Amino acid sequence: MSEPVRPYTLVAELTYRCPLRCVYCSNPLDYGRHDRELDTTTWRRVLQEAEDLGVVQLNLTGGEPLVRDDLEELIAEARRLDLYTNLITSGIPLRRERLARFRQLGLDNVQISIQDTIPAASDRIAGLRSFERKIEVAGWVKDLGFPLTLNTVLHRDNLDRVADVVALAERLGADRLELANAQYVGWALTNRAGLLPTREQLERARGVAAQARQRLRGRMEVLFVTPDYYVDLPKACMDGWGRRFIVIAPDGLVLPCHAAHTLPGLRFESVQARPLDEIWHDSPGFAAFRGEAWMPEPCKSCDRRAIDFGGCRCQAFLLTGRAAATDPVCRLSPDHGLIEAARRAAGEPAPAELVYRGPRVPVAAQRAAE
Amino acid sequence: MDALSRPRLAAKARLRFDRKSSRYMLLYPERGLVLNPTAADVLQRCDGERTVGSIVEELARKYGHEPPAVEREVMGFLQTMADRGLVQAAP
Repeated sequence: MSEPVRPYTLVAELTYRCPLRCVYCSNPLDYGRHDRELDTTTWRRVLQEAEDLGVVQLNLTGGEPLVRDDLEELIAEARRLDLYTNLITSGIPLRRERLARFRQLGLDNVQISIQDTIPAASDRIAGLRSFERKIEVAGWVKDLGFPLTLNTVLHRDNLDRVADVVALAERLGADRLELANAQYVGWALTNRAGLLPTREQLERARGVAAQARQRLRGRMEVLFVTPDYYVDLPKACMDGWGRRFIVIAPDGLVLPCHAAHTLPGLRFESVQARPLDEIWHDSPGFAAFRGEAWMPEPCKSCDRRAIDFGGCRCQAFLLTGRAAATDPVCRLSPDHGLIEAARRAAGEPAPAELVYRGPRVPVAAQRAAE
Repeated sequence: MDALSRPRLAAKARLRFDRKSSRYMLLYPERGLVLNPTAADVLQRCDGERTVGSIVEELARKYGHEPPAVEREVMGFLQTMADRGLVQAAP
């Protein structure tokens, strides 16, 4: 690869702890095995090392970052380093005074997730009564002068309410609205039969979002993220493996994406063992899927290989058992039939039960891994 | 946006000098724009106090160009940034 690689964004997963139990959580299924957390001093060093490497954006996330009592110190350090810092949160647990303190310390943006516009439906997905509190917190965010991003993960039970989500975002004065369809890795894959929409449902929602984007232009940025299962050509997952993003898991593992440590046969390193700069440039896990040498056909000779980088490695592994396979969402993938079968199944009634995120790996996923 | 508007950066946007590229960047949630020197000159003056007219005058002087040509360019750029929600006219 001739282009010099330089990370722009650090995704700091401060903890896997979270009071919510969302059925599509993007944390790995076995997050319970990674429950040791970096201390404040180490995170501060890591922020400095990330800035030295070229990082300008910092996402403080998790789990729920608010459960860390050193967020204040990390925000102050990020501000000192002139990082653009975004707190990605459920809004729970938070007091208004603490949020005001974050503002004084220089936090740039707050992103709050709302699971649905109907309180009971939102609480059902989150596995916790939380909707009304989230709305209250979103109000504080605006009162205190922060820009507000509202994020709603979309699936078959709430896609028909996208217009209501837009109206809620307008009422809350959101500056940015992320209408992000669930991506079927991690917990969302476990619950795919209950979450994956039909194409018709998706296209209706896309139309609503497009109208809202037009109408709100200049006031609210409206994003609509399509689920990979309904594209014909894969997305550039993470803008390509080890090209723009560094994810650091709560225990200090340095990763190219949120779930890379669930791929077998890759070795990732911890910020406790080596400086970030060395890990970014030399770590075997980062080297594994950088560039094009690893690519199989049809990627290797495809003229989109420098556009989509072969798609998502985690999705390839989860569906085919091979991390180096072409992402099956690609219509050129020999495994594309797996996606077509899932799309057909989306037209059938959903199972009654969803599996909530929790510290134990779901039984079905354990069986599949054996 | 007209000559009397007083543009300022949107609440979500922040300018930052990037040592790696020796350019200014405009950062906002999940995104960033690497700015060419002229764009950076314009955005650094979007403080909610200067009018578009005075920004044009300053830049015309700085670059030794005719104000009408500078005005066309600055207006076009600011309108694009306003449409993207990154610049607003101060009330």
